[in-house]
Amino acid sequence: MKPRVTELGMLSIGLVAAGVIYLAAYLPKHAPLAPAVVLLALAAAALAGNFLSLTRQPGFAWWRFRQVAGWMVLVYLVVAGMLEFTFVYDHTRGSVLAVMTLLLGVFTLNVPLLSGWTVARFEN
Amino acid sequence: MAVAAAQEQAVPRAEPIVPVRGLVPVGAIIAALVGAIGADWTWGLDFFHVVGGGMWTALDLFMGFIIGPIMRSLPPPARVELTKKLMPKMLLIMPTLVTMTLGAGFQLARHNGMLNTAYNLHGWVVASMIVVAIMAIVALALLQPANIAVLFELRRPQPRPEVVQGLMRRFIYAAAVTGAMQVATLVIMTRLAS
Repeated sequence: MKPRVTELGMLSIGLVAAGVIYLAAYLPKHAPLAPAVVLLALAAAALAGNFLSLTRQPGFAWWRFRQVAGWMVLVYLVVAGMLEFTFVYDHTRGSVLAVMTLLLGVFTLNVPLLSGWTVARFEN
Repeated sequence: MAVAAAQEQAVPRAEPIVPVRGLVPVGAIIAALVGAIGADWTWGLDFFHVVGGGMWTALDLFMGFIIGPIMRSLPPPARVELTKKLMPKMLLIMPTLVTMTLGAGFQLARHNGMLNTAYNLHGWVVASMIVVAIMAIVALALLQPANIAVLFELRRPQPRPEVVQGLMRRFIYAAAVTGAMQVATLVIMTRLAS
């Protein structure tokens, strides 16, 4: 069965975006965290499901995936670092910062996964 | 040894995927943006947000509605040549413009009190975040991976035209979608600025 990596990745990034918008929409007050945590858990589950579906893909060009995703991780660590700097600079603290950071982590893993998959699937 | 050197000369070296020289201005722009955020420099933030946003919008609309139809009318070898020249530059330009616009825009909104729930147009600010989220999903899941995949395909000794065309179609359609979303952003931003 053809893995739906792009679709699941879009879902995961969409859930991350929903979580960040939800938290940002309450600023400077603290939003109730439960909805954001649910969105984070769903986004992480979609990301994990995506990785799992790739491991079950026969003949997948893992070497190319690692090459592309590795560099993309580096790029998006810089982007994530900048976003994290903005959160801290804007005095986001405590549990809100923790949830924001985890959402950022899921986002940072999703982007390399999607680029690595798109390149590697055309390798063979 | 001479044979080895001759063989090395005969095999053309693959161009790097990312134009390395272009990383210098990108790094300078990002450093200046971080500086403007760190110094709470309102003019700098305005500059990055307006310039980045204007160029991002124009480029998306240009790619989706001008380059896209032109590319469809070109013969396949011409499409491949245009793609070879265009896509490495897009790989650097687009993320830089997006980072400039969003990084500076979020800080400006915070400075001007627009992020505050008490702000009377707060709903419009949240709407702009939703539009940006949709554009980010399309850009990160469809547009950027297609851009990188095209560059890898073009490094092959014999690029497959059907793969290049399929990926370019995806790139142009994704750019058109984000271009259309940019119109929504223009509506929201002009409303906020009025």
